[in-house]
Amino acid sequence: MNILVLLRMVPDVVEELEIAPDGRTLDTEYLRMIVNESDDHALEQALILKERKGGKVTVLALDAPDVDDVLFSAVAKGADRVMKIEGGDGGVTTRAAAGMFAEIIRNEKDLQPFDIVLTGVQAIDDLDALVAPILSHRLGLPYLAIVTKVTPDATGKSVTAIREFAGGVRGEFDVPLPAVLGIQAAEKPPRYVPVAKVRAAMKTSKIESIGVPTMADGGQPLLDVSHMRKPVVSGHAQMLDGEPEDVSKKLAGIFTERGLL
Amino acid sequence: MSGNIWIVAEQWRGKLSEITFESLALGREVADGLGVKLQAVLLGHDVQNLSTSLGMADSVIYVDHTELADPGASAQASALAQLVRQQKPRTVIVPLTNVSLGTGTLLGEQVGAPVVNFCKDLRAADGHIVADCVLYGGKIEATVTPRGDLTVIGLWPGSRPPDKGRSDRNPPVETQTVTFADQPSVKLRSYIEPDASDVDITQQDVLVAVGRGIQSQENVALAEELAASLGGAVCGSRPVIDQGWLPLSRQVGKSGLNVKPKLYLALGISGAPEHLEGMKDAPLIVAVNSDPDAPIFNVAHYGVVADAMDMIPTLKETVLALRG
Repeated sequence: MNILVLLRMVPDVVEELEIAPDGRTLDTEYLRMIVNESDDHALEQALILKERKGGKVTVLALDAPDVDDVLFSAVAKGADRVMKIEGGDGGVTTRAAAGMFAEIIRNEKDLQPFDIVLTGVQAIDDLDALVAPILSHRLGLPYLAIVTKVTPDATGKSVTAIREFAGGVRGEFDVPLPAVLGIQAAEKPPRYVPVAKVRAAMKTSKIESIGVPTMADGGQPLLDVSHMRKPVVSGHAQMLDGEPEDVSKKLAGIFTERGLL
Repeated sequence: MSGNIWIVAEQWRGKLSEITFESLALGREVADGLGVKLQAVLLGHDVQNLSTSLGMADSVIYVDHTELADPGASAQASALAQLVRQQKPRTVIVPLTNVSLGTGTLLGEQVGAPVVNFCKDLRAADGHIVADCVLYGGKIEATVTPRGDLTVIGLWPGSRPPDKGRSDRNPPVETQTVTFADQPSVKLRSYIEPDASDVDITQQDVLVAVGRGIQSQENVALAEELAASLGGAVCGSRPVIDQGWLPLSRQVGKSGLNVKPKLYLALGISGAPEHLEGMKDAPLIVAVNSDPDAPIFNVAHYGVVADAMDMIPTLKETVLALRG
């Protein structure tokens, strides 16, 4: 199978997020970027498919701080080719990012023919679009979201995909290829790769650079963000301070009051 | 241009979703604010009877087609795009649930309209609409103004109480037809029902919920001991399920279950909107997280800034000592 994986970097929300002086964007100075979690699962699902059916995994990423580490790590995990879209002004919207991916997939002849495009179902900054549906529309391919397992069928012309609904109910789908899948989770957690292997990949492999493609609509945003803020909350937890022993006693007291103990 | 507000009435397996009523409540406010009509769009196959529950809307647009029998973003978006081109609403509110995910983006693409995702609130201001959106896992909110005459809103669950969107009124129904291009598309073969042999977490009085902060599968076993001491069960947030540390039957939130135990003890759960959706109504929520800014503290009644692993053994011992 010829598999394309699309990766984007997003802010690590474990770190404190600050709003820039313009009041409309995040302050990027101290922002730590990590790979979008479901994109990482998309990569893992691609590697699992390659192990099962053979083929080639090509990873396409938007330029961002630390993206090189992520791409070399993808090589160390088993990706065959890694590419980075460079030269944009950063801070593109999801819709513009998806548009770039679509243009490149359409125009880079050596990416064709491909069987399947895997990307994360959603990212925490998807304010104006999701990537997978935009790709499916612009490339004219079938689309399925919230996928948690992909199994190739014997014909090589389709895959069986498991998709989540709600309440723990899932669905089994027949997906004709080529197709675009929004991956929620790979069937196994993303593999761990030792730092030594990543370092080796840095020496032996190369990240190919692609320029930002020209887009018909210029990739202009269709939304105006007038301001960003930390959520104003109506209520907040009463915080319990102290050593674990003290806090445990306070909690046990609350549980007892509520008749839970 | 009709300029009306549309809500997509989400139905799945013959039942209207709660978010349909939340959307109706919100849509009613916005439509009244703009002085336009609120219309509910019901897509499906043999589900016209559901329109009688949509009386909060001024009218219902119903489309019946076998292609719309099962949820599918491509067919839904294609049907909506055809209706939008004919009737020219100003805003289409599409649920951002697992059943409808992707429909909003596809619709925006097809009709060339801006899409506002992760919307938690919407209002009319000076004849326009303004949306408040939840970004970065609930850590940031953004106020957004879409450009142009038509906007697609991806609405997050919980914007309004669903009961505010219910009405006994029987709304007029207008039936419309759509056509589908003959092109390859995904097909639902069968549903896979959840494992009924596991503990039913919706029936527990006490739930100990573990998240990413639990760090390892071994630590889930410690959380299970704590849950046992409290007479409850363990459940988890998305990352824990994806790691395979707990089965899907224990997942709380989007994709998983909505729970309302007497005590919800959240350990190492940051509180992404997808998780809060499934547990925010529990009467007693206690959260332990090392990040003082974790959104979980905004819905918890009591909070502890600590590493969950430092609290679990001590709390278990304290509870066991009290129980004698």
